[in-house]
Amino acid sequence: MTKIIVDGAEVDVPAEYTILQACEAAGAEIPRFCFHERLSIAGNCRMCLVEVKGGPPKPVASCAMGVRDLRPGPNGEPPVVMTRSPMVRRAREGVMEFLLINHPLDCPICDQGGECDLQDQAMAYGVSGTRFFENKRAVEDKYIGPLVKTTMTRCIHCTRCVRFVAEVAGAPEIGAIGRGEDMEITTYLESAMSSELQGNVIDLCPVGALTSKPYAFKARPWELSKTESIDVMDALGSAIRVDARGREVMRILPRVNEDVNEEWISDKTRFVWDGLRAQRLDRPYVRENGRLRAASWGEALTLVATRIKTADKTRVGAIVGDLAAVEEMFALKDLLARLGVTNVDARQDGSALDPALGRASYLFNATIAGIDEADAILLIGTNPRLEAPVLNARIRKRWRRGSLRVGLVGERADLTYGAEHIGAGADSLTELVEGKHSFAKALDGAAKPLIIVGAGALARSDGAAVLAAAAKLAAGPGVADGWNGLSVLHSAASRVGALDLGLVPGQGGLTAREMAEAGALDVALLLGADEIDVAPGAFVVYVGAHGDRGAHRADVVLPGAAYVEKTGLYVNTEGRVQLANRATFPPGEGREDWAILRALSEQVGVTLPYDTLAQLRAALFQAYPHMAAVGEIAAGDPADLGRLGAGAGSLSSDAFRNAVTDFYLTNPIARASAIMAEMSALRRGALAEAAE
Amino acid sequence: MSVRRLAEIQPESFAFTQDNLQWAEGQIAKYPEGRQASAVIPLLWKAQEQNGGWVPEPAIRAIAEMLAMPTIRVMEVATFYTMFNLSPVGEHFVQLCGTTPCALRGANALKDVCRKVIGEERHVTGDGKLSWLEVECLGACSNAPMVQVNYDYFEDLTPESFEALLGDLRAGKAVKTGSQTGRSCSAPSGGDTSLLDEALYDGSVVGAWRKRFDEQAAGDATESDSAAKPAQSARPEAKASKGKADADAKPADAKPADDRPSDRSRREGQPAWAGGKGGVADLPRPSKPSGEEA
Repeated sequence: MTKIIVDGAEVDVPAEYTILQACEAAGAEIPRFCFHERLSIAGNCRMCLVEVKGGPPKPVASCAMGVRDLRPGPNGEPPVVMTRSPMVRRAREGVMEFLLINHPLDCPICDQGGECDLQDQAMAYGVSGTRFFENKRAVEDKYIGPLVKTTMTRCIHCTRCVRFVAEVAGAPEIGAIGRGEDMEITTYLESAMSSELQGNVIDLCPVGALTSKPYAFKARPWELSKTESIDVMDALGSAIRVDARGREVMRILPRVNEDVNEEWISDKTRFVWDGLRAQRLDRPYVRENGRLRAASWGEALTLVATRIKTADKTRVGAIVGDLAAVEEMFALKDLLARLGVTNVDARQDGSALDPALGRASYLFNATIAGIDEADAILLIGTNPRLEAPVLNARIRKRWRRGSLRVGLVGERADLTYGAEHIGAGADSLTELVEGKHSFAKALDGAAKPLIIVGAGALARSDGAAVLAAAAKLAAGPGVADGWNGLSVLHSAASRVGALDLGLVPGQGGLTAREMAEAGALDVALLLGADEIDVAPGAFVVYVGAHGDRGAHRADVVLPGAAYVEKTGLYVNTEGRVQLANRATFPPGEGREDWAILRALSEQVGVTLPYDTLAQLRAALFQAYPHMAAVGEIAAGDPADLGRLGAGAGSLSSDAFRNAVTDFYLTNPIARASAIMAEMSALRRGALAEAAE
Repeated sequence: MSVRRLAEIQPESFAFTQDNLQWAEGQIAKYPEGRQASAVIPLLWKAQEQNGGWVPEPAIRAIAEMLAMPTIRVMEVATFYTMFNLSPVGEHFVQLCGTTPCALRGANALKDVCRKVIGEERHVTGDGKLSWLEVECLGACSNAPMVQVNYDYFEDLTPESFEALLGDLRAGKAVKTGSQTGRSCSAPSGGDTSLLDEALYDGSVVGAWRKRFDEQAAGDATESDSAAKPAQSARPEAKASKGKADADAKPADAKPADDRPSDRSRREGQPAWAGGKGGVADLPRPSKPSGEEA
């Protein structure tokens, strides 16, 4: 620790701190543009200048100078930093004047207006006039993809975007060409960026040079109602803020959650909002003569109730989709239990995960933050870049720190870090377990090995054996106490919650795939299940928000609410219970899904004992106490992992297939989004070009 | 300078010739494993040489692939350094120095010649022989005005000699490189003015400098209080902080190589050197003794 005096107050900070960090520790505010906590230090905007005693006799860029580089005074006094002296004030005014010389003052037509760092800091640290009367520099706008709009004249060359794509996203496609006054930020020959995290440059840009293209000129920040919520596009449960105007979601931004998404979100999370307006189910429908006809709630519910009541209960089943919240799954489970139905499954993909094996068998036990500590990582049948881009960035962050070997069993992929491809199929897994492969040494020697098992690797006939093999690898000889490296990376936001609730077939019940087969069921209830095709024959009731595969197959459609239109609990892949808040209301006659199930229960004569969401939650928390601890992880018991091998069968030699092939079209909301469709087409085009 | 862009018309592809490829591999091998990107400038330079004086876009991609670096990083380097030409140049690429010394000595007239003979900047003549570009100082100020054509300097130009030079280049005639007025290197343009004594060159004064130090040493030995002074004179800062009186007390034997103006201006009996050494002697003295800051 080093003592330093900031604005007259002495603080004790670690010696490796920069002056800027020390000033923040002392509570002094330092303006900055190029500096960002999660990126490397560039020191090129000069806005963070401070005056020091014990350093150079000129203003110093506090972001780039370390506390340990300052000398003590002649009598051993701590170095002195002044952030409010006249010299600092004049230096900031000067820097701001230079920045504004070539910055267009087009705030009234700029999408960044109202949430612009330059605007705010010009007000706080700038002067009111200009001494520059020559022509301003103008720069041609660049095309860098369909998501990010550029107005390059506004760019102040902080290079945050350049550093982000190179360091965090791992797709170094943005650069600064030219020099001096002619420096311009662009991609190579204005090609589109390929990263799944590119939308984050919009948040990073301190001015209006990089803004959201789909959101362009749609709204102003001060007219939006902001709701803190949780993302459901992947199983991470990234913290998001949903900005809505009236009933329409205008945009989605990340919130900081160090344990999950730091402050990044994927492009699917950020730009899926246009899918919340398209293909919506806004009223009940009933199929008549092969066509869906709009119906009233009463008519639709009565029809469903009649069908359920008259059906043989062993030929009634329910399949839970990927975006369902815990509340509606709990209500569904309750309803089915009261009806005596045992055919229920949340594993549309046919995953081998089974809650009976203990919570540790299906969680990302190492936790997402635990990736930072891992010293060997093995990926089994997964491409985290597509299945959870933010998690992939976290692995990359750990990999960049060095001394980490990453192995990949499964499909070859560019993961943005150097992953050794060990093999395509489960044979390689056997080799690793038997210690025949060179990577096995890395795992054996690791104190904190991280074995990430993809959803695709478990959705096979030998899924249980894959999980058992992964558990063996995770329990290497050198594993540190308290570390559980077996980590399942789910691809669906609802999956862990569903497994927690035990939404798997009961005694004699059918799995999702068995239910979907021809002749298996008379009545199938799909709770937002769109990733499975129910064979003809069954009477299908679809409860959900979007007219996707499930609704097309359905005989009765009951319009539900999308994830921004209901408050609900989601359990992410590491088992963290998180609360998503309602930002808007469902369109038309859409209702919250739990309320639909409650209404249906009354019609079938087994009324669920809760009339409000609060009552439902009370019942939920009583049955599953860990759901009440929002934000917390109830860790699985590592002892359960020992039982995994029993009866798991043997590994087949088939190659692993990843759960996600098209990142942009993984769920009904994304499939309804025009932006996601465009990105998907762009990606396919790029792949086709690369294959040539 | 202006915004530099890649040329509109680009060749289909680029590949190093066998010789250049070998040379490039030699350059890459200079750097440790994982640092191959350090070879980007030599490779770009070789590509420019091979491609007739400019870097085509396919070369940027080819080099990025060779060095396993993102294409945009090579692009950044190629667009940053102005000596990489991004669009075609003439067979004889004239880089005309327009910086102050050359401008004072008539570079602007040379520009007019260029405009007359070749056309506007960056324009390649129809026969592909000539193009020109105004560049910053090329470091031959004493022989101003000057131009660089490909790898050769042509100095002491006049509009007439420059026009004749361009004509000769275009016609493929042999041309004289270096000074066009015939002086050797940067020798004074009107002939030598100093070091004229023939004795300097016949060996008779070899070792003569030592005599002065011997005399001084003998003199110092007689003055007991001046024992510490040679050490001080080696540290000009210390001397400056001690003030003028101390400096004046020094014998007039400070090293001739020590051309600090504060010393020289105080030296007794020396002729003013200002004329011979440019304006250096007029520089202000250090205003603040450096000891005070700490």
